[in-house]
Amino acid sequence: MQFDKPATTNPIDQLKVVGKPIHRIDGELKTTGRATYAYEWHDPDMQYAYGYPVGAAIAKGQVISIDSSVAKQAHGVLDVLTTLDLGDLKKGKMNTARLFGGKQVQHYHQAIAVVVAETFEQARAAATLIKVEYAPEQGAFDLRSELDNATMPDPSTEPESSTGDFHAAFVVAPVTLDAEYSTPDQSHSMMEPHASIAAWKGEEVTVWTSSQMIDWWRSDLAITLGIDKEKVHLMSPFIGGGFGGKLFLRVDAVLAALAAKTVGRPVKVALPRPMMPNNTTHRPATIQRIRIGAEQDGKITAVAHESWSGDLPGGGPETAVMQTRLLYSGDNRMTAMKLATLDLPEGNAMRAPGEAPGLMALEIAMDEMAEKLGLDPIEFRIINDTQVDPEHPERPFSYRDLIGCLRLGAERFGWDKRARPATRREGSWMIGMGVATAFRNNLVMTSGARVTLDQEGIITVETDMTDIGTGSYTIIAQTAAEMMGVDIEKVAVQLGDSRFPVSAGSGGQFGANSATSGVYAACVKLRDAVASKLGFNSADAIFENGQVRVGNRSFPLSEAAGAEGLVGEDKIEWGKLAETHQQSTFGGHFVEVAVDVYTGETRIRRMLAVCAAGRVLNPITARSQVIGAMTMGAGAALSEELAVDMRRGFFVNHDLAGYEVPVHADIPHQDVIFLDETDPYSSPMKAKGVGELGLCGVSAAIANAVYNATGIRVRDYPITLDKLIGRLPEVV
Amino acid sequence: MRAFSYERAASVEAAAQAAAHNPESRFIAGGTNLLDLMKLEIEKPSHLIDVNGLGLDTIESTAEGGLRIGAVVRNTDLAAHETVRRDYGVLARALVAGASGQLRNRATTAGNLLQRTRCPYFYDPNQPCNKRLPGSGCSAIGGITRQLGVVGTSEACIATHPSDMAVAMRALDAIVDTVKPGGERRSIPIADFHRLPGNTPHIETELQQGEIITSVVLPPPIGGKHIYRKVRDRASYAFALVSVAAVIQPDGTGKVAVGGVAHKPWRIEAAESELPNGARATVSILMADARPTDQNSFKVDLLERTLGAVLAGARG
Amino acid sequence: MVATATVPVTSTSAGSQTRLQSEASVVDIHCTRVAFAVNGTRQELEIDNRTTLLDALREHLHLTGTKKGCDHGQCGACTVIVDGRRINSCLTLAVMHDGDEVTTIEGLGQPGNLHQMQAAFVKHDGFQCGYCTPGQICSAVVVLEEIKANIPSHVTEDLTEQAEITTAEIRERMSGNICRCGAYSNIVDAITEVAGVRT
Repeated sequence: MQFDKPATTNPIDQLKVVGKPIHRIDGELKTTGRATYAYEWHDPDMQYAYGYPVGAAIAKGQVISIDSSVAKQAHGVLDVLTTLDLGDLKKGKMNTARLFGGKQVQHYHQAIAVVVAETFEQARAAATLIKVEYAPEQGAFDLRSELDNATMPDPSTEPESSTGDFHAAFVVAPVTLDAEYSTPDQSHSMMEPHASIAAWKGEEVTVWTSSQMIDWWRSDLAITLGIDKEKVHLMSPFIGGGFGGKLFLRVDAVLAALAAKTVGRPVKVALPRPMMPNNTTHRPATIQRIRIGAEQDGKITAVAHESWSGDLPGGGPETAVMQTRLLYSGDNRMTAMKLATLDLPEGNAMRAPGEAPGLMALEIAMDEMAEKLGLDPIEFRIINDTQVDPEHPERPFSYRDLIGCLRLGAERFGWDKRARPATRREGSWMIGMGVATAFRNNLVMTSGARVTLDQEGIITVETDMTDIGTGSYTIIAQTAAEMMGVDIEKVAVQLGDSRFPVSAGSGGQFGANSATSGVYAACVKLRDAVASKLGFNSADAIFENGQVRVGNRSFPLSEAAGAEGLVGEDKIEWGKLAETHQQSTFGGHFVEVAVDVYTGETRIRRMLAVCAAGRVLNPITARSQVIGAMTMGAGAALSEELAVDMRRGFFVNHDLAGYEVPVHADIPHQDVIFLDETDPYSSPMKAKGVGELGLCGVSAAIANAVYNATGIRVRDYPITLDKLIGRLPEVV
Repeated sequence: MRAFSYERAASVEAAAQAAAHNPESRFIAGGTNLLDLMKLEIEKPSHLIDVNGLGLDTIESTAEGGLRIGAVVRNTDLAAHETVRRDYGVLARALVAGASGQLRNRATTAGNLLQRTRCPYFYDPNQPCNKRLPGSGCSAIGGITRQLGVVGTSEACIATHPSDMAVAMRALDAIVDTVKPGGERRSIPIADFHRLPGNTPHIETELQQGEIITSVVLPPPIGGKHIYRKVRDRASYAFALVSVAAVIQPDGTGKVAVGGVAHKPWRIEAAESELPNGARATVSILMADARPTDQNSFKVDLLERTLGAVLAGARG
Repeated sequence: MVATATVPVTSTSAGSQTRLQSEASVVDIHCTRVAFAVNGTRQELEIDNRTTLLDALREHLHLTGTKKGCDHGQCGACTVIVDGRRINSCLTLAVMHDGDEVTTIEGLGQPGNLHQMQAAFVKHDGFQCGYCTPGQICSAVVVLEEIKANIPSHVTEDLTEQAEITTAEIRERMSGNICRCGAYSNIVDAITEVAGVRT
């Protein structure tokens, strides 16, 4: 199905199932420990062996030799595969750093060997017996010191934009801001470590893994193994979190497949937690410069946003300037990204890549600018709202109600109670409120599904879509139930299997809208098949209550299915609506913090997000996406930072004790409000993504609240107490 | 994790003897730190002696009016003990400020004293570390040091002791009772129990090979206001940036030990005479010899302000 | 005793030790027989001493509801209930649990027959990816017991008074269970509902 015209009325608009607060259909499995994650597949007829990976001990250089003779003699060891044994394996298309094979070490903890043994304990013990000789090379690890060496990234990343004459306008603007901000390297730190089991049957391999994007993994694993894609079967029905860290093929799948081939048995490989931050990908650090010029009335006349980030050779920039091209009005504007070569682990997508760190900076800048103008920060944003793409004014937003989000949020949060900076105290707590805009583009991806109807009247949806906690199982079931006119209990959903039609996968907040649209398309095909079987005109047929009806004639779906059943398969493809209409999601984040006047400890007391993201397919799972993102944003604001050892070139705090993600005690009750809206330009579902929107801007809202509480402006994340303490009031 | 043999000791003396015979042995009780380190082969015992079944899990009053805490009393049980809550509040507060509920259910009194540093370079076997591999150098110095020590450090090591409990025990003048392999008993004041790193950061306590902690004895209660203030980035389940254990009397005198700043719970008794004069005067003595790094110099200010909060709390 | 690489263990009498060596004497293996109850069923294992309770459950008994998130006591995904107490099963050896009663998520309730805490997590959407969920639920069940048993926490106002079930207490006590999906707010709602507390 080609989606190239705005959606009109369709069966989804009935909203009998879609849009309803339906509990997750996989909830019982997950809460009883019965959902099977990658490392947990167990077939009693299989003799599993255990692989334990070994990571490079240097950041850059060459592996001269690997002596695994002692390890191979260790008890229970079946074999040891080293990166030198393999030669240069082909790299997957989506990977920047090589995963395995060859003598080059591109980053710390890059995999150099895997030990395969009868048991996990034996493999782990033998892994430490491997002796490696390196020829280390000097690397570049400090983004700040590499700024002057940074260059324009690949044109495909659209590194620059310019409209009007920023410099001329900025110079004459009566009120200006010119400030630098920084965001650190961040770790996805999903709860389930990267893990795979591989089993070969002849020349075909099945890999049970933890992947957000089945087809990308399948293609890249085939490339890496040098076999046809058709020979690779991937299974990933449950994923213990991803946040972008499982978008691209990871080494656990490669090592499991190679090891299984070598030892002739199924092999299980999981990355040890302390190896994850340096072995896998991370969100790259940024240094950002923002300049804003405005008239006294608050109208922005000039805005510039520049961002510097680093990556390995062949990598890309953290696209932190993207939202600034679209978010606020202003006739004279420029954005630019520069990319430095760094020999740190591969930088890549983490939840809301670009917008998350970009808004961390931009939305502080907006707060600073509002203060300079003597405007309420909400009013300043409203003054500069735009209904068109400011760089291409002929291009309207498909639907944009940022103002509605901010106004409603202000009312619900009690924004009028916000005091001047550093004036509100409760005991030893300094109290402050902050606001920020949430903004994230609505991306769409081609997405397929197959829907079958059997003679019991059961609808089964098959797609290689993944559910990384997003609620895919549930919203897909709702979509099929709505389309086919059945109760949700009559729908079975099968996900994460490469034998199913290729879907959008989970990423870029495109999953929910794209995958349900693919299911919609397949259901349209199935409706046609049912109608055709019954001799109806599909357009006249009403599907409801498990029946299909035209006029007075009505049949149970099960009857239409017959013994053979009926199948509908299709995919949603996207026309040019995204080119003619800018599709984005919007929100307002409101935060209240308390900062201890003695110690500078910041604790969040209240959080509210108001979101405008098209139709909400399921208010329960959508809300969970938003509160989860708000929580991640709290970590980004207050504690998360991969600390780079600039001499030795690695992330030092490479485990969950050192890299502090929020815990229960850090997070208060969170409120989320969705504006009641639909966007017919987005898809037949009229929905948009929401999984990343919740992260966009929330950290800046926290930063702005800290400023409001203390009068101290911190522009370098995370806002830890050491950055406040020298400027806190005298207390001793 | 290296392979190891495992025995359940039959008696304290037998445990000490077994450990004396095998210098590669370790006692295990809770295991929450030891197994963590064994998985990384930072600890590589060839033999584990389980000391859980030796009757070291009781808390009882001493003849002097103090409290004897068995070596394997779990942190949870110690914090929940009525006498500790009533008379040694700083200790109960320190215990519940540490780790998580799950870890406190396993972690023991002696194990907590013997916790090893959380320095990330110690925890990464690829990095030089004099504590992990004597003579290999300290890769923390000049590296990421925000969490690390500011006082009592050496050229060989700037690690901190991670315990909260031990800081409170230091303020309470606890005594560590041990049995040596020959059966000899000794009582080590907690002030002397932990060592500064000097040139031998791998030697962390005064214990000798095979010497087993049987209990920790608290002197009779001293009254006063008991406060433990732990400062950390996230609100829970994190190690201290700094912590203050204080027992403050109504006249403003008191005892103060601090954590997160040194290789051992840090206390300078002479500084306590300044307590009535306030946090700044007290900390200026406590931190007189501080040699912080650029990344952790904030700890000196933070300590002063945290003690300020503690003293304000004691007055309030 | 010498064993070949493909025979990892040999059986011995209860409580005794087996020492196996590879021919190169490089890495030994030591096994111990241990018996404990899991969800009411007696389990007897002849097990490598190095095996954590977590790996015994997951890899030997195939009870994979208990999750390995970090294997270092830093996340709480492996939380199980042993003799009524919640512990991190990754930081304890299976051989140290002879005679113990272990309850895992599988023992709390099953699909169609949920424990009230499991049902409350479903109702309040107290999870997303589901990986930390078994640990959160095992922890939550015991947290309420701990408060009733008057075990203090970091946020307990008065150490000499009975601890109360409040959202602050629940948040502090649940802090050893990390949820990167960020379902905390919903988890607290689920627990407070089971506790019968007004939020």
